[in-house]
Amino acid sequence: MDKVVTEWSLYPAGDRSLVVTFHHPELGVANQRASRFARHVQQALPEGVYAVVPGMESVALHYEPAQVLAAAQAKLATQQWLSPYACLHEQVEQLLTQPHTTAQQAARVQRIPVCYGGDYGPDLLDVAKRCQLEPEALIALHTQQPVDVLMLGFAPGHPYVGFFSERLTVGRRASPRTAVPPGSIGLANRQSVIYPMTLPGGWHLIGRTPLRIFNAYQNPPAQLAAGDTVQFVAISPDEFEYLAAQESSAA
Amino acid sequence: MNTIDVLKPGMLTSFQDLGRRGYEHLGVPVNGVMDERAHRVANWLVGNSATEATLEITLLGPVLRFNADAVIALCGADLSPTVNQQPIAMNQAVQLAAGSVLAFGARRAGARSYLAVQGGYALQPVMGSTSTYVRGAYGGVDGKALVKGLRIPLKDPTSKRVVQKLPNAPLFPYGVVQGAAAPIRLVMGREHASFNPHSVASLSSQPYRLSAQSDRMGYRLEGPSLQRDDAYELRSEAVTPGTVQVPPDGSPIILMADAQTTGGYPRIANVISVDLPRLAQRAPGDSLRFEWVDLEAAQRLWIAQAEVFARFEHDSCAD
Repeated sequence: MDKVVTEWSLYPAGDRSLVVTFHHPELGVANQRASRFARHVQQALPEGVYAVVPGMESVALHYEPAQVLAAAQAKLATQQWLSPYACLHEQVEQLLTQPHTTAQQAARVQRIPVCYGGDYGPDLLDVAKRCQLEPEALIALHTQQPVDVLMLGFAPGHPYVGFFSERLTVGRRASPRTAVPPGSIGLANRQSVIYPMTLPGGWHLIGRTPLRIFNAYQNPPAQLAAGDTVQFVAISPDEFEYLAAQESSAA
Repeated sequence: MNTIDVLKPGMLTSFQDLGRRGYEHLGVPVNGVMDERAHRVANWLVGNSATEATLEITLLGPVLRFNADAVIALCGADLSPTVNQQPIAMNQAVQLAAGSVLAFGARRAGARSYLAVQGGYALQPVMGSTSTYVRGAYGGVDGKALVKGLRIPLKDPTSKRVVQKLPNAPLFPYGVVQGAAAPIRLVMGREHASFNPHSVASLSSQPYRLSAQSDRMGYRLEGPSLQRDDAYELRSEAVTPGTVQVPPDGSPIILMADAQTTGGYPRIANVISVDLPRLAQRAPGDSLRFEWVDLEAAQRLWIAQAEVFARFEHDSCAD
């Protein structure tokens, strides 16, 4: 049983979305609360809510106002107008004050093989220098321990993971690339992203995974979800090519 | 042969339906029609369910040859549609004989026209939707807008469907729909309070121009710059079609149907949902005005619209 979450705010975000933000001085803690609450809401979905979208320290509930209204009217046996936002706000407050058990769904730990440096991670040497580390030491810090999937966004199946050691605090590239190859691992601000497809990107590219982390034709289409845990594992170029060939023959 | 041949693709013609819902947490955009009212009415006129895809036709229409008899309807923008070079009416079911060629001419009003074909297009849904997402290369046919030479398969017409006619009275109450030049209505956005009061005021008092860099992902606006007094740092958070975000250059962007699922720019406002179809019918270069309304008014209008959809779509359930 987790401790009851006590610090949050609710806001409307347009006429079909409600956002809960979690407040904590440590972003990692706020993020974990958001991920945990998102999973809780998924399992106790208020009527009319059709998507639950975790952000870095928030959870958005996208809803159909007509359905929220109809459900509230049915519950109160009334035909009277009720504000759909107010009705949902009340239900979400209740969900927030309920203790949410997450013990039964232990975080999935996924191994992500990464070939670091070289053509796979063209920014490795530069970013290691910026962090005042040897490239090997940077790789060691990146593979040292499992990290959380903080959220997905920006593009289909595009995860943000973190947080890494404070020694991996580095800004983004001064000039973003227009086309980053799929599987590339970006590093900035103690976080990493994994590019699921060819995309523009401003993160330092330190390596590349042969895994296909997004496939629109599979269910689920994304390999990772907020609240999962990933463990990066260093592999050689030979292993990369072998796994990449396996992935493409499976597709 | 129950197919349509694409003789010319038009500027941007893509299959869209009511959108790809429920995958937003994985970063998957909603996509779907920009003008939901036109899409639903077109489907209703030919006796289709609202969930069938329509072809969303942008500014310059395609040339399409129907290889079998068909019943079609066009709603939304008036792009001077013709069949075998004879003008045809918008907003009503039109019977086509096999071999007919549907083409378009000058843009008279609006920006996006919706073509429904009785029975529907035979498309493979991806993540529960047939909507084309060009950036993600999925949905529609091969994840692409129409291309020359494409042959579009149609579903086999299983039973005779009931063709509908628009009533003389307007379908939607005034307020849900408004004149094309009426202001686009806004509710306060998440970071509204952090903007300079002059900026907030200018958004509703000054005209903005829809920039040429506007597409299904977002509408870029040119006009008075919007500045924040309190530029606190933002964390990535969910955004939706209708979100008005303001990058550091101060020029607002309205997110549209292909919007990404999360964003980190401050949000001054959200376009109310019933006004998204009106926005969909604006073209680059058009002037836009905005007006603030409260959330409750926005939700009342949205529900009034949902009631109209429910009423007319219920009446048309032929199969």
